[in-house]
Amino acid sequence: MKHLFLGNEAVARGLYEAGCRVASSYPGTPSTEVTEYAAEYNEIFCEWAPNEKVAMEVAAGACIAGARSFCGMKHVGLNVAADPLFTVSYTGVNAGMVVVVADDPGMHSSQNEQDSRHYARAAKVMMLEPADSAECLAYTKAAFGLSERFDTPVIIRLSTRIAHSRSLVELAERVDAGLLPYEKNPGKYVMMPAMARGRHVVVEERLQKQTAWCEDEAVKSGLNRIEWGSKKIGVITSGACYQYAKEALGENASYLKLGCVYPLPVDLIRRFAAECETVYVIEELDDFIEAHCKKIGVNVIGKETFTLLGEYSQAMIRKAVLGTEAEFLSTDLSIPARPPVLCPGCPHRGLFYALKKLKVFVSGDIGCYTLAAFKPLEMMDTCICMGAAVSALHGRNKADESNAKNSVAVIGDSTFMHSGVTGLIDIAYNRSDSVVVILDNSITGMTGHQQNPTTGYTIKGDPTAAVSLEKLSEAVGINRVRVVDPNDLAETERVIKEELAADGPSVVISRRPCALLKSVKRNPPLKSDPEKCRSCKMCMRIGCPAISMRDGKSAIDFTQCVGCGVCKQMCKFGAIM
Amino acid sequence: MSVTNIMIVGVGGQGTLLASRILGAALASEGYDVKVSEVHGMSQRGGSVVTYVKYGEKVYSPIVEKGEADIVLAFEQLEAARWLEYAKPSGKFIVNTQKIDPMTVVTGAAEYPDGVLEKLESAGADVFALDALPLAVEAGSAKAVNVVLIGAMAARTSIQKDVWIGALKSTVPEKFLEMNLRAFELGYSKV
Repeated sequence: MKHLFLGNEAVARGLYEAGCRVASSYPGTPSTEVTEYAAEYNEIFCEWAPNEKVAMEVAAGACIAGARSFCGMKHVGLNVAADPLFTVSYTGVNAGMVVVVADDPGMHSSQNEQDSRHYARAAKVMMLEPADSAECLAYTKAAFGLSERFDTPVIIRLSTRIAHSRSLVELAERVDAGLLPYEKNPGKYVMMPAMARGRHVVVEERLQKQTAWCEDEAVKSGLNRIEWGSKKIGVITSGACYQYAKEALGENASYLKLGCVYPLPVDLIRRFAAECETVYVIEELDDFIEAHCKKIGVNVIGKETFTLLGEYSQAMIRKAVLGTEAEFLSTDLSIPARPPVLCPGCPHRGLFYALKKLKVFVSGDIGCYTLAAFKPLEMMDTCICMGAAVSALHGRNKADESNAKNSVAVIGDSTFMHSGVTGLIDIAYNRSDSVVVILDNSITGMTGHQQNPTTGYTIKGDPTAAVSLEKLSEAVGINRVRVVDPNDLAETERVIKEELAADGPSVVISRRPCALLKSVKRNPPLKSDPEKCRSCKMCMRIGCPAISMRDGKSAIDFTQCVGCGVCKQMCKFGAIM
Repeated sequence: MSVTNIMIVGVGGQGTLLASRILGAALASEGYDVKVSEVHGMSQRGGSVVTYVKYGEKVYSPIVEKGEADIVLAFEQLEAARWLEYAKPSGKFIVNTQKIDPMTVVTGAAEYPDGVLEKLESAGADVFALDALPLAVEAGSAKAVNVVLIGAMAARTSIQKDVWIGALKSTVPEKFLEMNLRAFELGYSKV
């Protein structure tokens, strides 16, 4: 029987079937569900780590201890985990270690569009790229075998359309990979100059062997494969682009589908290209395969035809290669944009309205609250990466000390655990007069409600130790720590104003659970009385999607309103009840 | 056989994801090759969302492009218009007449256009419109709009009704099943 599995769910199944015993990840769209699904298998110890660097180190430690291990992350998470990656490449593994990195071409839910394949080359680590859920499962299992055979971590690269598409998979039983014995071997596992020099030699030899494998065994197993059609057009491709190209060109082309994107074969590419009249390399983002082809003297068409930006599709390939386009209907209707917004009842709304009234500079971070950058709140000045809110505020306040009186950092509870706390230590240690607001909504929100070290629950929902944000802040040297309820607009504004005025660093914990949490009690929806409404539109200033103007009066959508009462505080005429 | 392309479009929070899962489950149980492309993360938060469901003997690309959709199931009027170009000229639109103001309208930066359905029809689209919200409320919850709409679409496909019911049973949590079956029935019987 076949099952309709999300790509991420299929990777998790692959972990289970391959006998993986330890999985450690940090959530990040589009990678999150791999670890969530893996947590449903009791045979796998699964956890949310505080960040990706920790996750990869946990996986490295587990594999050296003899357990097949896994860590997963989104593309920018691999930047955080790059430090262990580059050196685990040198130590190699004991039992297999598999890393999933999910890229986000088109930036559906990301702050940049980086191409993670460069990490495979830079760290000299093998990288596989599946093209549907069945391959997600199969490649994950194959990756453990390759990891052990070549004594290397193996990366599986996903992209949004593979991670978040469902397609059919067939399931198999789990193999018990057991626990391999650990043998002390400082020459392999203790990376300091004397030993690392020797291991670099091993890494380079390993790449040669892997390249030979790409030419031969990978072809026999179908991981790298040629599908012959018309030889007028040859397409070298991998991952989601293979699917787009097949749909666009069908039998009008021949395909070299590369399941292994690093290292890349040489002879296989030359043989394929020699048989085809015109060869295209079709790959999203950078010219990774194209540059390799050109380096080995194979003439291909790549980025001169296909963009470096965003997602590809069957339509753009059809147009570029065949010059044909589908017919479609059109209208002159002007359609207003519908950007994502903070949910009705979101506790971030009150906090950002208070900041707006205080007219402060906001050093922002990654999470749902980044949406406060949009109208009508527009209360974010910078957003760089996880944790940067805190350290960048410190930099701003050191650049000009007068900034400290009108600038704050905002960072979510999970993001603060990830890498905000190190910035806070910098603030305390290096005597910064900075105000850091921690938005504690009791969950990791944007990625879809994952537990984190502050929530008191593990990924499996078991109760555990919870980090106290108050005590942690005090312990690193912050003497002024305040807690506010962001739905109390006046109090939130008052406390932040006081902390901005006070000398020395402060932490303000803006605490109220995410409105979407099942444990949060919803109040009955509020109503706006059109008799009392004076059409002043004050209630519209908080940017709640449940409030709109109907016939010149404020109206509240009962299907969306959760009765948080923030709009009620905005109305001076008592129209909202 | 050729591939049939369905788009489910709406506003984040309306339940388009569950709708695409019910649809995918129904098609997979019929023995088709199926791909469902979902949206997660930031775009889910009250923004314009689209999921693709494709089925046939062999499906390659998980996404639907301009001029390719056989059916556009729209949970909201403006969203139907936003994706008009993605339908085949012969494609069918099933549109919930509910209006949800985007934040650009709430803030006064843009206006919600009048006569959206008429505009779609004058562009040549085959539109079936229904007001799913009162039907969902009748079934027991305003949140069941998605299942009412799945019902309305199911009645316009060649797939047997019991297959849809089976798919609902396999995707909807037990305690909401009865309410969702009522919602499905109300949408299905709407002609």
